[in-house]
This record gives sequence, structure tokens and C-alpha cells, in this order.
Amino acid sequence: MADNNTNPIAYMRETPLPQLDPPASEAGLGHWVRQNLFSSVLNTVLTLAAFVSLYFIFTSTVPWFVNGVWQSESIRGCREVLEGATGGCFAVLTERWNQLLFGFTYSDDQYWRPTLAFALLFVAIAPVLFVALPRKMLYFTLLYPLLAFYLIWGGSIYATISTGLGFVVGYLVYSRFVASSFALGLIGGVVAAFVTWWLGGFVVDAIAPATPFLEEIPSRKMGGFMLNMILGVVCVSLSLPLGIALALGRQSRLPIIRIICVVFIEFVRGVPLITLLFVANVILGYFLPPDTNFDLILRVIIMITMFSAAYIAEVIRGGLAALPTGQYEAGDSLGLDYAQSMRLIILPQALKISIPGIVNVAVGLFKDTTLVSVISMFDLVGMIRGPILASTEWNGVYWELFMAAAVLFFVVCYGISQYSQWLERKLATDHR
Amino acid sequence: MNRTVFFGALTVAGLAAVAASAGTLDDVKARGKLNCGVSTGLVGFAAPDASGRWGGFDVTICRAVAAAVLGDAEAVEFVPTTGKTRFTALASGEVDLLARNTTWTLSRDVDLKFDFVGVNYYDGQGFMVPKALGVSSAKELDGATVCIQTGTTTELNLADFFRSNNMSYEPVPIETNAEAQQQYLAGACDTLTTDASGLAATRAAFENPDDHIVLPEIVSKEPLGPLVRHGDNEWGDIVRWTLNALVSAEELGITSANLAELSGGTDNPEINRILGTEGNMGEMLGLDADWAARAIAVGGNYAEVFETNIGENTPIGLSRGLNALWTDGGLIYSPPFR
Amino acid sequence: MSTMTDPPQSAFRVSMLLSDTRYRGYTFQAIALFCLIIAMAYLGMNLVRNLAAAGLNISYNFLGAPAGYDINQRLIEYDSQSTHGQAAIVGILNTLLVAFLGIITATVLGVTAGVLRLSNNWLVSKMMSIYVEAFRNVPVLIWILVINGLVTQMASPREYRGDDATSSMWLDAVAFTNRGVYIPAPVWNDGSMIVVLTFFASIVAIFAYRRYVRNLLYTTGKLLPTFLPSIGLLIVPTILMFYIMGQPVGLDYPELKGFNFQGGTQIGRPLIALWLALSVYTGAFIAENVRAGILAIPRGQSEAAASLGMRPGRVMNLVVLPQALRVIIPPLISQYLNIAKNSSLAIAVGYADITATLGGITLNQTGRAIESVLLLMLFYLFISLSISAVMNIYNNSVKLQER
Repeated sequence: MADNNTNPIAYMRETPLPQLDPPASEAGLGHWVRQNLFSSVLNTVLTLAAFVSLYFIFTSTVPWFVNGVWQSESIRGCREVLEGATGGCFAVLTERWNQLLFGFTYSDDQYWRPTLAFALLFVAIAPVLFVALPRKMLYFTLLYPLLAFYLIWGGSIYATISTGLGFVVGYLVYSRFVASSFALGLIGGVVAAFVTWWLGGFVVDAIAPATPFLEEIPSRKMGGFMLNMILGVVCVSLSLPLGIALALGRQSRLPIIRIICVVFIEFVRGVPLITLLFVANVILGYFLPPDTNFDLILRVIIMITMFSAAYIAEVIRGGLAALPTGQYEAGDSLGLDYAQSMRLIILPQALKISIPGIVNVAVGLFKDTTLVSVISMFDLVGMIRGPILASTEWNGVYWELFMAAAVLFFVVCYGISQYSQWLERKLATDHR
Repeated sequence: MNRTVFFGALTVAGLAAVAASAGTLDDVKARGKLNCGVSTGLVGFAAPDASGRWGGFDVTICRAVAAAVLGDAEAVEFVPTTGKTRFTALASGEVDLLARNTTWTLSRDVDLKFDFVGVNYYDGQGFMVPKALGVSSAKELDGATVCIQTGTTTELNLADFFRSNNMSYEPVPIETNAEAQQQYLAGACDTLTTDASGLAATRAAFENPDDHIVLPEIVSKEPLGPLVRHGDNEWGDIVRWTLNALVSAEELGITSANLAELSGGTDNPEINRILGTEGNMGEMLGLDADWAARAIAVGGNYAEVFETNIGENTPIGLSRGLNALWTDGGLIYSPPFR
Repeated sequence: MSTMTDPPQSAFRVSMLLSDTRYRGYTFQAIALFCLIIAMAYLGMNLVRNLAAAGLNISYNFLGAPAGYDINQRLIEYDSQSTHGQAAIVGILNTLLVAFLGIITATVLGVTAGVLRLSNNWLVSKMMSIYVEAFRNVPVLIWILVINGLVTQMASPREYRGDDATSSMWLDAVAFTNRGVYIPAPVWNDGSMIVVLTFFASIVAIFAYRRYVRNLLYTTGKLLPTFLPSIGLLIVPTILMFYIMGQPVGLDYPELKGFNFQGGTQIGRPLIALWLALSVYTGAFIAENVRAGILAIPRGQSEAAASLGMRPGRVMNLVVLPQALRVIIPPLISQYLNIAKNSSLAIAVGYADITATLGGITLNQTGRAIESVLLLMLFYLFISLSISAVMNIYNNSVKLQER
């Protein structure tokens, strides 16, 4: 045994050494560059190719941006300022910005109305998007469609109130009867709402003041980016209930209902939106009673709603299919009937799974609203291709306008898709 | 009322029985607005200005009809239509009157069941080429790439012209004037073809208009005029005679300047008949006596409308040419007001 | 063991149509069918009344009438004296052509971008992210118009002309102009058939060789090189045969004559613009699908493959992609459908697809809106259903290999 009292070790460090920096080759910018850009031959080639393409992109666009002219009366003014140098004529944006946003027939002093409606949209949609917000805000969300409708279209406030009253009466009737039978409640609610609207029509016409508080603006005057927003928001909201109904119909055990839904969904998904817009524009009129003259925007809303409903139905069908059969069986074993089990058990879960898909459909649909420019509606793209490029002042300004349009759409769509991804991460409850 | 229509659509989708149409004139009067189909933007003929107000040669016809019928030149709802949608818009009743540089052809008049009420502009299809190309006649265009601004009957005339001259070509159909112009200036096509009036308007907007020439050949007849639905002759008469009133006004020297003075009564019976101080022309049409005076007051007589919108002092710079009065060797002629 | 006794059979009562679940289904279906028939009849009656009021009729006779207009891009014989029906067929073929080309390039582009976005090269993956996000979040119509504008900025044939030409042909054989790309066209002389057959035979030989190599690998573990022999098999016999037969295949070079390049094959600008726009737009979506598919494969798979000593390329090709394909293919089908449907925007660049011929100029000139749009929708419906049918068959065949 060794002597325990004497320490055989001559020296022992009592404090740890400070950590050394990693070797120069393994740290700092140089390391990062080598690791991320030049780690292999292939990577080096890719990096060089990327640098070359970046160089070309920058050299061709930067002077155009830097020399851009922001103040001018017309393209000729731009050309004078530039004196032959490369440069964008961004003056068209400053000059025609309001037209790009609101179309060319919406009166200037009313611009605050759609702007306010747009701002309130965020307040209304916030509690739906973020569960953390107080649930009381949902009341505002319910109120919002009426408010936005009144703000944008204006006219007699009584008409808007009567519409809202119809929904309230419909809901009251529904909740009175839903206990005995869902179908009875639904049908009763719908009938009651229609009766209210029908009666309200008379009352509104009788008491409507000659000059409403907010001037009535016919939908033909809507244009620009505002039209894209209106079409996108309205059609997506309207197509949600329709899409749910179609998805349930497609899953239904009743063959006739299933066939009707399948044919509708496959037909609408099988044709391009543009042909449906042709239908709205040139054919739908023939199928409506003589002398009823829907304005174009309403016909377009009908067709786009049908279009997006078919896509949303497919997304929700995916959500329904993803639910374990046990959920359906659980509903049955509790003795719930079809409507109850759908309403209380299946749909809440299926819809939750479907939200990212629905958001994707919504983004796609919002982008597709630009197609209305093909049928002579002046949305953002229509404004550019029509009145602005056709005017003598701006005839020939091309890139600036389309770039602005692309940026506007990018901001909105990118925002929505980022939200969707955030939501997807949040809803992902599986552990991988 | 728009709101009623909206809710009607939302609620009953038109389940209510619909009374038979009572005629366009009554409809327009009941509505208090004239729905007028115009082009989506063709400078000089129909285009909204920077503040969104529609103006142009065709637009003035719409306003004149509105003034004659409703007494208010602003009581017009302009419905922009494309080449594709214009006929359906008129046939389905979406518009009461189509003033969209539409060529009067037999098949449109007969097969599509429309009535062309007259000609407000005699046009013809022409070609524009860059001067540098060294082409002086359309007959030298064999093998050329041709940008076609699709519109009236452009594609058909072009095919006929090249076939009858035994030449080949490559057509590039383009929807809007702005894009046709972009393609043409970039050299993606050798020549741009559309109605000569449109060519003049396009050329006027170029950076260097002098580098381009419009070839002398006019390869088609394009009588452009307003049209209405077939079968409602009373309405057609009103539009036809509103147009005639503008032409007659030029012929008789009625201008927007002396209109008020002449409305007091003159020695010329035809002026008096037009302006309603003599006879009952307005009553025959179902309008009041000074309908024509109101129509002329909108933009003046035919010559004034021409000069303010497309004449030589405008950027478009068209000369009267075929569209001079018959007394000046042109084709513009109005039947007598009698 | 107790047997359930059937409930007493009660006589059928009318109220059971609503209250008895056995019959309620029939009631609802009858109501739905009734509503559908009523709605159809209502719309049909309106149509008849409206057409009668306007003095119009439904007739497809216009399809047999001469069209009277020319089309720049045609795969079959067509001139202005052909009928509207033939113009529609030209349009159909053009739609199929651009959809087919678009599907191929979009797939290549999408897979490349999707894989590169996951690359560990920071710059490249960031650039691919920007590409994907920029194209996914801006409407396809804007991209078609912008890319058409870019293509229009290419040199005009005029710039190839004269002594002070600012552009020149690439290898004296290919000209990139804003009227299209002109490439040499092969001229088939006597004996060219044999060369072509040789070429096809060598392709078959390549497959046979690769199969042999694989079998050899599986049975003996011996790995033969495949890449270089394949290339050799592809080129050498054909070239040998080409010279043996005395160079029977010639090339017809495009040449500047008159206003345009003559000779060779022209790929028109509208086709290029639309093809390019649809490819890059849809490529961005496919890239996302590919990325999602690859990310769906657990890391363990690629780690396992790496620990077996596979090189990164082989890991991707042999382990990750085959598994990812099952995730990728269903959304890929819907992207292909989108290409076919988005090709209807050809109208914006002047490409003569079915929407531009039947739904454009024909509709414009004949005014037969209902008939044209109906035919148009039926055509797209047929295409969509066919594509999904074909792809579903393929999808099922991929699925069957799952163990």
C-alpha cells in the first residue's frame, strides 16, 4: 500500500484553463464560408454559378432602380429627366397610386371607407387567427361582414340592419328548433331569415332617407387592388360553408347526394377558373330570368365562390378522412345522430386539421382573382393593362407597374403563408 | 336600385315572376341611367382620364343619347366590354347601347340579331411599319410577322388580304393595344395592324413617332357605329336620330357656341325642326321637343366631337378624310329632319 | 346465448319518412333530387325564354364554317380557309403541347430547386428560397405577362441584319430572337431510317446493360461502371452508322431572309413565353412539394444509408427519393393539372391554345358564346380527368411496392 499522506503528484492545477479559441480554420468567417459555400467541388461550382447570376441580376436592375424618376406628369416627362439613361419611371406609381388601389371610378373623398374596412378586417380576423386573444372579440368578427358591406357599398343603413336582423332571427329560430331536429332547425332558420329579408325589403324601401349617411356606391365602381381584396375575402368566406356542405355530401352514405356533390366538385375542379369567368361574363345572363340584371361583380362572386368551394371541399374531405374511425364510432356509440356527431365531434376536429390547407386554397384563390382582368373588370392587373397603359400619359410604362402589382400581391400572400406555416407548426401535435 | 337587386339575388334568386320587357326606352327612363357598352380603353374613342371620367368619340355618342333621352349627359353608366363580351352584353340586356368601335357586318346585323343604327366613323384596316424597314407598300410585306390587335374584324381582313395577294405571313394576335405596341416597338413583329384610327393613336404615343409610317393601303372597310338590339325599333330610332342630329347640326352650322341663340328660333325651318321650335319631331320619337338641342349641347356637332376627341389638334391627330361631310367630299351624311 | 329478436314490424306510416332513420335517407335524397331537377328546369326554361326573346338558337353549325383567320402555331395543316372546328383542334393540340412541355420542365426545375433548397450551400439554398417564395406568392397572370415582356426584350431579327449587326447567331445555327428561337431542322435523306433505328437500338441496349449491371451487383456484388459505358453506347454506334450510310441526315440551318429567319425549325415566342412562365411558376410549387417529401423521410433513413458507407448522391437516389416519391406524387398530380388549366392564360401572350382559338377569335367572330364556352369546358374537363386517371394509376403502382 502506498503512503496515503504524501501526494505523489507533484503539481495539480486547481482552476481550469480558459477555453482556447477554436483553430482559425474552424472558426470565423473563413470557416463559415468554407463550410457553407465551398465544402465540395459541386458546392463550389454552385456557389460560383450563384454569384455570376446574382451579378447579372444586380447589374441589370440596380441602375434602373437608382435612376428611377418618382415625380413626373407623364412618361415623356420621365424621358426628359432621364435623358436617355437607364431608369425606371416610377412616377406612374405616385401619379396613379390611388387608381391602382381603388380603381378609377371610386370617388376620392370616399377612399377612407374601403381603407377603414380593410383596417377593421385585421381586428375582425385576429381572434380567429390567434387563439390567445380575448374570445369576446369574436362578436366583432360576427358583426364585421355587415360593417364592411355597409362601409364599402354604403347606401341606407336600414338595409344593412335588416340583413343583420335576418341572420339574428334565423339563428333564433334555428336554436329554438335544433334541439328536436337539426334539419328542422336549419330549414326553419333559413326560412325565417328569408322571410325577414323579404319583409325588411318593404320596410327599408319605405323608411330609407333620400340621402343616406354614407353615399351608395355601385359595385361597378370598385376596382384596383380593392377589387382583388373584396373578391378574395368575400368568396373565401362564402365558400367555407358551401365547401363544408360539399365535403360532407361527398362522404355521405346517400348515393344521390354523394353523386351530386362528386359531379359538382369534379366538374368545377376540372375546368380552369377562366372558363368559369367566361360563364359569369357571357353565359350566366342567359340562364337567369329575363330582366334580372345582376351586376358583373355579383356574377363573378357566384362563380369564384363555386370554384373555391370545390377546392375547400376537397381539403376538408382530406381532414375528414384523416380522422380515426374511432371518432365516428364514438359519436355513434353515444347515440348521437348524424347532424349531432358531425357538429359536435367530427367537424371541429376535421376543420382544425384542414386549416393550413384552407389557407393555401385561400391564397391561391386570392391570386386567381387577377383573372377577372381577362373579362374586362378593372382589378389591379386590369387597371394596369387597361386604363393606365392605354392612357396617352403612361403608354409604354410596363415593368414599373407590374413590379408594383407583384410586390402588393407578394406582401399579402407571403404574410398569409407565413401565418399558415406558423399555424401548422403550432397544430403539429405529433412528435417526430 | 342596386341594393334591392343585391338582396334579390341573395334571397330569392329571381323566383318572382317577371313582367315582360316594356321596351328599352321605358327601361332607361325608369332606371334614370343609360347603360352604354364601350371599349376597355382606346384613346380618343373611349378611355377614362386620370380622374376616372370617361371621354372620347364613342363616349360622346353615349352621352348625347343620355342627354336626349334623360336630359342629363352624366346619366350614363359606362360598361367596359372586350371584343369577346360586347355582343353578349348587348344581347343579354346588360347594356342598352353598344358604342364600341364595332364594324357593321352582315352577319352581326342578321345572324347575331343586332341593329346598327348608323356609322359614326368610317375606318379601314391599315399597317404601320418602322421607317427603317424600308417598306413603302403593304404588298411588300410577304413573309412578315404581323402583330394584330384583335378587335373588330382584324384577323379576318388580314387573312383575306394576304391570301388574295398570295403572300405568307405570321400572325401574332394580341389582346390590348399597350401590349401590341410593346411587341411592335421591341421588333417582335415587323408590322402592326389594326384600324387606321387606332394606328394613328398608337403612333402618336410613341417616343419617336416620326420613325414609323402608316402604309397607304387600307385593306378593309370598317364602318364603325353604335348598335342596339334587334326588334326594339323605337329605341333604335332614338339612337339613330341622335347620331343624325349631330351630323345635321354640322351641316346646318349649329355649334355648341351658337346653340342657345339658334334655339330661340331661326329663319331656317330645318334648324327649327331639329332644335324643336317647329314641328313635333321629339314627340314622334317619344321624347320632348328639345331632345336634339340637348344632344348637341353635350359635345357640339359632329365636327366638334371629332375635333375635340380625335381631330388634328389632339395627340391622335386624325384628319377628317372619309369622315368629312358629304358636302366636303366625305361620306358623313344625314337623312333630312322632316 | 341470447338472440336479438327483431323489433315488431310496424306498418309504414308517412311520418316515418322523417322520423325513421331507415327511411329518412330516402326522404332527403328525394328532396335533393327534386330541388336539383327544379333548379335545372328553371335555368333551362330561362335559357329557352331568353334565347327566344333574343331570336337566337343553339347550333354547332359554326364549327363547319370557314374560320377565316390564320394561326401562327399549328401542329396540323391549317389555313384561313379551314373550319372553326379545325381551328379548335389546332388549339387543342397547342394546349396539349404547352402543357406537355411545361410538365417536363416544371418537374425538372421543381425537383432541382427543391433539392437545392435543402442543400448545405447557404447561398444556393437562400436563392432557391427566394425563387420559390417569389413565384408562389405572386399571381401566375402577372408572371406570364412579366416573362412575356422579358422574352420580348430579346434581340429582334432586325439586329441580326446588315453589316453592323448587333447580334449574331449562336454557332451559326441557333438564333434567339424575340419572335422565337430558330434551330436547325433535320433533313431526312435515304438511309436515315437506319441511323434512327440504330439510335433507338442503342437506347434499348443501354437499358439492357444497366439491368445486367444491377443483376451482377445483386448476385455477385461486383460493381461495374455504368455512366461512361452508357454514354458510349448512346453515341458511338449511331455515329458509326451515320458515316457508314454516308451521312444521310442533314441539317437545314435557319437563315435570315426577308423579314424573318427562314428554314430550320421555329419555336415561336408565345410558346416560349408561356412555356417558360408556366414552368418556373409551377416549378416553385413542385419545389415545395419535393422539399416537403424529402423532409418527410425520417433522418434515420439517410443516417442509416450513410452508415452503410453510401455516398451522399447515392443516399439521395437510392434511399431518400424513392421513399419521398410516395409523398410527392399526389400533390405533383394536382400541379400537373394546374399547368394544363393555367395554360388557358395563353390568351395573354398571344399563344393560340384552345381558349384563344375556340374561346377567343371564334367566339369573337361568330358570337356563339354558349356553344364555344361549353365545348371549352368539356375539353378541359376531359383533360383534367384523363391526367388524374393516368397519374392515379401510376400512384397506385408506386403504392403497391409498399411492404
